[in-house]
Amino acid sequence: MEQLVYSKPESIKDDFKISFCPGCDHGIAAKLVAEVLDELNVREKTIGIASVGCSVFSYDFFNVDIVESPHGRSLAVATGVKRSKPDKVVFTYQGDGDLASIGIGETIHSMTRGEKVTAICINNTTYGMTGGQAGPTTLLGQITTTTTKGRDPEIAGYPIKICELLKELEGTAFVARVSVDTPAAIMNAKKCIKKAFEAQLKGLGTGFVEILATCPTNWKMTPQEAHERVRNEMAQVFKPGIYKDKVSEAE
Amino acid sequence: MNNKKQLLKGNYAIAQAAIEAGCQSYFGYPITPQSEIGEYLSTKMPELGRAYVAAESEVAAINMVLGAGSTGVKAMTSSSSCAVALMQEGLSFIAGDEIPCVLVSVMRGGPGLGYIYPSQGDYYQATKGGGNGDYKIVTYAPSSIQECIDLTYKCFYVSQKYRTPVCLLADGMLGQMMEPAVIGHYPYEEIDQTSWALDGAKDRKPRFIASIAREQEHLREKVLKVFEKYNKILENENIFEKYETEGAKLVITAFGSIARIAKAAVKLARKNGLKVGLFRPILVNPFPEKIVAEIAQKVDGILDIELNCGQMIQDIKASIAGAANIPVKFYGRPAGVMMTVEEIYKQIENVYKEIVEKKYGTACI
Repeated sequence: MEQLVYSKPESIKDDFKISFCPGCDHGIAAKLVAEVLDELNVREKTIGIASVGCSVFSYDFFNVDIVESPHGRSLAVATGVKRSKPDKVVFTYQGDGDLASIGIGETIHSMTRGEKVTAICINNTTYGMTGGQAGPTTLLGQITTTTTKGRDPEIAGYPIKICELLKELEGTAFVARVSVDTPAAIMNAKKCIKKAFEAQLKGLGTGFVEILATCPTNWKMTPQEAHERVRNEMAQVFKPGIYKDKVSEAE
Repeated sequence: MNNKKQLLKGNYAIAQAAIEAGCQSYFGYPITPQSEIGEYLSTKMPELGRAYVAAESEVAAINMVLGAGSTGVKAMTSSSSCAVALMQEGLSFIAGDEIPCVLVSVMRGGPGLGYIYPSQGDYYQATKGGGNGDYKIVTYAPSSIQECIDLTYKCFYVSQKYRTPVCLLADGMLGQMMEPAVIGHYPYEEIDQTSWALDGAKDRKPRFIASIAREQEHLREKVLKVFEKYNKILENENIFEKYETEGAKLVITAFGSIARIAKAAVKLARKNGLKVGLFRPILVNPFPEKIVAEIAQKVDGILDIELNCGQMIQDIKASIAGAANIPVKFYGRPAGVMMTVEEIYKQIENVYKEIVEKKYGTACI
C-alpha cells in the first residue's frame, strides 16, 4: 500500500526554480515559510516582498503574489501594501545586508510603528550575491573579500545583533533567532516562523525571525563545514532563542 | 460646497483634490514649502478610513508608495527638491514596475538645502530624472491654484490609465499662496486595476511586479513597452496654453507660476503694439516638441523665461532644431526674488527690438 509521507507545499510553485548554491540554507528557509503559509491557510491572501540580494528570486519559487523592492526598502514596501490592504498577509524575505545595513532605518521604523507584517531575515554574515563582501553581521576575525585579514573592529566595527536590537522596539510582537543546521533546529525554526505570522494575523505587531544560514560558496566551505560554522562560531555570537513572544502571552 | 469658489491655499487645495480623486494611501515626510499637504491628509485620511503614514524618510515614503501602488490603489506622496532627490531610486523602480502613483513636487531653491523660496530649479529633476535607466516621469506643471486642483485630478487619472508615475510640478509660490478656486469633483472615469494588481493569488496564478528582467530580450521589450506609453500620453493627454501666438513675431515660452507673470507682460506688450505671444506647456514631460516646432516656424524669435538659470530652454532648443533657424533668448534667475510683470516686459521689449525690429525695421512693427 502506498502512503504519502511528504509533498511539496502548495505555497511553493509547481515549476519552481531554485537558483541557490548547493548547501545554502535559503532553500530550507523558503520551504519553511511556504509550509507555514499552507498550514495557516493564507496563501491566497498573501503578498510577499522580494528584497535585493539572493532573496530577490523569491518569485521563482513562492507561489504567492510578490512585489520587488529596492535594496533595503522591503519593510517600507510592506508598509505600503499592508496599510492599503489590511486584510492581506504581508511578509518580507530579506538578507542581513538588506534588513540590517542599507535597510536598518526602514526595519527599525516599521517595527516601531508595529506594522502588522512578518519579516524573515537570512543572516549568513556576508553579501552573498555580490561575491562575499563584509556585511553588517560579519563576525570579528571573519575573512571576506573586503576584510581580507579578518574583520577588525578598529576598521570595520562590530557585527550588529539584530534580534537584541529589535526586541526593544515596542511594535514588535515576536522576535526570534533560529538556525536550520539540524532536523531539531529546522522544526524549531518552523514553529518560530509560524508564530511570526500569527503575530501579524492576531494584529499584535510585527513578527520577526532571524535565520542563521550558510553561504558555503562565499565561506569557501563544504555544506557540512558550513553548518559546523553556524553552530560553533555564529551561534556563539548570535545566540539562538526567542527574544520576545507576545503571541504566547496573548494566548 | 465642492462647486463653490473658495479662497484656498495651494497645498491644501492639492491635498483636498487628492482626496476627491480617491487617493487611498498617502505617505510623506515634512519639508517646506509643502508640509501642509501632509498635515492636512494626516487628519483627513484616517477620518475617511484611508491610509496615512508619517514615513521616517522620503526614501521610505516613496517605497511605501511603491507597495501601495502595487495593490492598485491610488497612492501619493508629496515633497520638495532635496527630498525629491531622495526619491529618485524609488521612482525609477516604480516606472520600471509600471506602478501607478502620484508625486507632488513643490519646488524650492537649491542646490543642496538652498532655501524655501519659490524656484523652478527642479525642472531637470522632474523631467530628466535622477533615477537610473531609461524612463520618464510624466509631469504636469500648474500655474494657478485652480490648475493645482485640476491637474492633481489629471495626474491620478493618467497614472491609473497608463500605469505610470506622474508628477505634479508646483513651486513654493503655488504651494503657499491663496486664491479663489473650485475643488469640484474628480471628473475622470475610474480605471479597473484588477487585471494586474496584487491582491493574493486566489483562483489564479501568482503575480509578480518587478523592474528586474533577467533575459536581455525581456529587458529590451520591457523598456520599449514603457516608452510606448509616453508616446500615447503625449498624443492623448497633452495640455498646453497658447496665448496670442497667431501672428506673433516673438513668442515667450514659460511654465508654471512664472508663465502667469509672463502672460501679464505679454498682455502689456500687446497693448503697446508689440506682436508677442505666449506658449505655456502644461505637460512638460514628455515634452510637446512638435507644437513648439510649429510655433517656431511662424515667429522670428523665442524668449524663454524661467525661475532658474535655464533648464526648459534646452527642450525648446531641441524642439526647434531642424525646424526653424531663429534665436532663442533666455531670461531667468535662480530662486529667491520673483520676477515682476515690469521686469519681464522690459526683457520682452529689449529682445523684440533686437530680433524683430532689426529684421524688419521699426516701420514694420
